[in-house]
Amino acid sequence: MRSRSYRPLDGPRPTALRPASNLRRGTNTTRHKNHALYARRRLEWRRMGSAEDTTLRRTPLYDLHERQGARIVPFAGWAMPVQYRGIVEEHHAVRRRAGVFDVSHMGRLFVVGAQAGAQLRGALTYDVASLPEGRGHYTLLCNERGGIIDDPYVYRLDAERFLVVGNAANAGRDRDEIAARVGGRAELLDRQEQTVMLAVQGPAAGGYLARLLGPEVAALAKRACTELPYMRYKLFVSRTGYTGEDGFELVTSAEAGRAVWRQLLAEGVEPCGLGARDTLRLEAALPLWGQDIDEDTNPYEAGLGWVVSLDDGADFAGRPALLRLRDEKPARRLACLRADERGGVMRHGYAVLRDGARVGDVTSGGFSPTLETSIAMAYLPASLAREGTALAVDVRGRALPVTVVRRPFVPHAEARMEKIA
Amino acid sequence: MPTPDDRRYTKEHEWVRLDGETARIGITEYAQDQLGDIVYVDLPEAGEHLDQFGKLGEIESVKAVSDLFAPVSGDVLSTNHAIVEHPELVNSSPYDEGWLLELRVADPAELDKLLSAREYDAFTEGEAKDEAMRP
Repeated sequence: MRSRSYRPLDGPRPTALRPASNLRRGTNTTRHKNHALYARRRLEWRRMGSAEDTTLRRTPLYDLHERQGARIVPFAGWAMPVQYRGIVEEHHAVRRRAGVFDVSHMGRLFVVGAQAGAQLRGALTYDVASLPEGRGHYTLLCNERGGIIDDPYVYRLDAERFLVVGNAANAGRDRDEIAARVGGRAELLDRQEQTVMLAVQGPAAGGYLARLLGPEVAALAKRACTELPYMRYKLFVSRTGYTGEDGFELVTSAEAGRAVWRQLLAEGVEPCGLGARDTLRLEAALPLWGQDIDEDTNPYEAGLGWVVSLDDGADFAGRPALLRLRDEKPARRLACLRADERGGVMRHGYAVLRDGARVGDVTSGGFSPTLETSIAMAYLPASLAREGTALAVDVRGRALPVTVVRRPFVPHAEARMEKIA
Repeated sequence: MPTPDDRRYTKEHEWVRLDGETARIGITEYAQDQLGDIVYVDLPEAGEHLDQFGKLGEIESVKAVSDLFAPVSGDVLSTNHAIVEHPELVNSSPYDEGWLLELRVADPAELDKLLSAREYDAFTEGEAKDEAMRP
């Protein structure tokens, strides 16, 4: 057996770090050649724990993950747990109960001052200045062409304090771009090093967190945020997440983060890694920057026009281009594809076919543990991006029949229960 | 799980157990652990001829896909239907219920080229050490 792991596991690669793998993207292969000269790179995502790769950064919880038996892999310059008990088990735990993820590798930038709201509004596509206190919203950081530099989440803690949470791969870029756009008119505080971020996700997440933090946490509205005491610490808590389920995200000191992690595990919350994080967000049809969106895609073709605020008239980076793009109908759209049968997993880069002709490429692909089939997203010509369209995806030489479906692939627990009722 | 003594092993982490002329083939505990949750196995059809060490198919997990190689030459008799609906059997029972396929073996002497259970254990321990030594 000779294996190859898929590039998406690494995430976009920062410079000056040893590449974790030199992996073959999905390309056509001939089927089952009976010769031994099949040069394939070995499985790259082995245990990093004993390999001591000191060029990778570690979160403050690293030793706890090692002790828990996590499989550690490189991701965006960090040594992160990809799984503990197993990706499928962890995935089901979140859909059915609750799981906790260490997402301390993500960017955490506080923007502070009397001008913070107005300045951030000018840097991002969403009108964050109009956010009420104690509320968060998804947003985009765009370039002058309307291409997507990152898709951070922004929270307004109070009148003069905001928190911007961005992708790990873009933490430095987000900070530099926002700093350039804000230009000293508000204070920027990069708190990634000093803090831990945890995501507690699943229908039972609120119940578990209430045992640590009290009933106020379960009373938080969707996308609301607040600060709560925990023992002698203080935690930022928001009712947000990247799994499609109900859930919460916490930002706090390293010491408090470790204590919360340990207590949640002791209560029975499942520790979950980046593997399950990816399968969950894909089932929820949530885009991943670097795969589904990037500087060469615009919000309208990605279905993210709803986070571009053009009607308040305020200027922001990329506005002129986005105004033009909004008025033109996008020629291509990000569509959801679901395999009609078992036949291998669709992966990033695989060709999407219509009557044998290539009409697009898979941006994100994977296995859906809930649906027990392969699912993927791809930009398709607008006419083909409609629900019900029959297509195929070239999975290593085999044409796997797929159908365009509506997002999300898997609705959250509440909606799933309503279906049964 | 101790490596069973009643079969032979390849350096590509397949096992083969001979029963008269019939060889049953699967992957090892080490392989399933490295791969993670198996979600799909692509196997040849009955009647196909395989050469020793030639590629016979692919086994796919959530995060990786791996080529499978024939430990011995032969003609495919059957494949394990249980793992089509339940590929997770390969994880939970790699030496037993998670078997992959059976061949009619032409030349049992080919098994002499393979590793014994103890030799395979030494091999995987060596692999683990190599990983630990990597800079």
